Amino acid sequence: MDPARLIRKSATEWWLEPHGAMRVPGVLFADEELIREMDDQVLDQMAGVACLPGIVQASFAMPDAHRGYGFPIGGVAAFDADAGGVVSAGGVGFDISCGVRTALSKQPADEIRPRLERLADLLLARIPAGVGSRGPLRLGHGELEAMLTDGAAWAVRRGYGTARDLERIEGRGIAADADPAQVSPQAKSRQAEEMGTLGSGNHYLEVQEIVEIYDAPLAALYGLRVGEVAVSIHCGSRGLGHQVATDYSRRMVAAAARHGIALPDRELACAPLRSEEGQAYLGAMNAAINCALANRQILLELVRRAWREVFRGVDLELLYDVSHNTCRLEDVTQDGQPHAFYIHRKGATRAFGPGHPDLPPELRAAGQPVLIGGTMGTASYIMAGTAESAGRAWSSACHGAGRTMSRTQASRQWQGRAVMDDLARHGILIRTRSFRGLAEEAPGSYKDVDRVVAATAAAGLARKVARLVPLACVKG
Amino acid sequence: MPATWEHFSHPADAGVRGWGLTKAAAFAQCALAVTALIADLAAVAPHLAVPLACEADNDEALLVNWLSALICEMSVRNMLFSRFEVEIGEGRLTATAWGEPVDPARHQPAVEVKGATYHELRVAQLDDGRWLAQCVVDV
Repeated sequence: MDPARLIRKSATEWWLEPHGAMRVPGVLFADEELIREMDDQVLDQMAGVACLPGIVQASFAMPDAHRGYGFPIGGVAAFDADAGGVVSAGGVGFDISCGVRTALSKQPADEIRPRLERLADLLLARIPAGVGSRGPLRLGHGELEAMLTDGAAWAVRRGYGTARDLERIEGRGIAADADPAQVSPQAKSRQAEEMGTLGSGNHYLEVQEIVEIYDAPLAALYGLRVGEVAVSIHCGSRGLGHQVATDYSRRMVAAAARHGIALPDRELACAPLRSEEGQAYLGAMNAAINCALANRQILLELVRRAWREVFRGVDLELLYDVSHNTCRLEDVTQDGQPHAFYIHRKGATRAFGPGHPDLPPELRAAGQPVLIGGTMGTASYIMAGTAESAGRAWSSACHGAGRTMSRTQASRQWQGRAVMDDLARHGILIRTRSFRGLAEEAPGSYKDVDRVVAATAAAGLARKVARLVPLACVKG
Repeated sequence: MPATWEHFSHPADAGVRGWGLTKAAAFAQCALAVTALIADLAAVAPHLAVPLACEADNDEALLVNWLSALICEMSVRNMLFSRFEVEIGEGRLTATAWGEPVDPARHQPAVEVKGATYHELRVAQLDDGRWLAQCVVDV
């Protein structure tokens, strides 16, 4: 994309002035080089979102933005229900509540390295991953309803993890206002055997080493030390969330027409927040968020059990769990006035600053941990929400590296076995059931995560706390 | 080549495109392209037949609903499909898909397809008389 299409407000804030049917400007947070690498359609999609009824302030995009469908990936937009605001299934995406959780082992990396091969083999054996894998649970109707209502708290009741874990999950592990009755029978049957599965594609389970600390006081509050080990899980709401998105994308095309919403594109299908369809979607989406939270909770416990087989007596302490595909009602301040807006984040991480009431007491002074997943060959970051982030893009930050190359191109360019061998030479063990899947996820097909994180920090969206590099990665 | 399929690039997701002498044949080719995103078509044995059906009030919505029905069936049954027979009547599609349960070791499935989108969606009869059906799926 040519940066000349935008107005430069600062080195990391670029505006797209309202034109045509745009109700608000587009605001892109990125540096010039990231913008040059971006697809032109990111701007077109930001502009499309800016045309939707009830949008407040701006249509935002994060530094890792890339072309999605309807909303760009990396898109953030708030809607005011009182002003005819809408909710869009495409503004959340297919993988509802896809997210990252990171747990800390407190072991020095040098201590686990001699047994890393065994650990990686065991994690591959114990964590259901990839197409066709089935989870450790079969849920009957009553259990499924309870899971969709209580999220990670349901998983803890079933023996997966502890009550302490819940304190370290957004919303304390439960998305309120879930309505399982709005989730279709097809969506429920897609999930029957998928609880506790990792999925495939860009989802992963990674053993990581903390290699750099940027902010010592924040790192101390988060319990991060250079040289120690962390485990990160990236996955979402599995088949149930995918089907909820499918069902409601279809329903919203009809709903938009019925409510007289002029869509610049069918992909932006939406329904008024105050409509039967809008409320039904929010109920189903919150149920899908609970499904994702429960799923990551089960996965962490499966990892803990495998870990203890290799390292007796070692626990993995949950640092935090973030979801980066959501629409949530949040209390915000605009022009000095309090409001409650519905904030869509599609491939963007919530980044609450210090003092936010959603944070557990021990993290409140620090701000929310913002977990940024990189690639299996580069790095991941732990950032922290800042006070100023609330005034930037509704307390939002980037979510990962973002792809620069399609899967088709990547699989032509790389061989899975070669990718694995190359990473092994760099000390990174890869375990996978699909070499083609591995080629499609080759680190070279992603943006430079260091640059994305640097732009996120420079834009004041979140603060850098620590950098982590992979030691072992299980891919689906 | 009267009936064929291909993948096309999309930065985050994947484009599938099918051509056929009829609309139904193009839809069947598009479905083959979806399976081919996941696994080598030749490795998927068409042992079991599964009926599928969907409806829509226009061709493009029908394509999204057809691929959505297929994706849902793959997920619920834990199967891959490598042969399709599709019939399209007035706003209604009925089909039979042949395939087998996923065998991770043999199929080496690369990626899970999450759903069909309205992005770059197109169903049209081309100047040479063939039908084209294309869609971007979320992976």
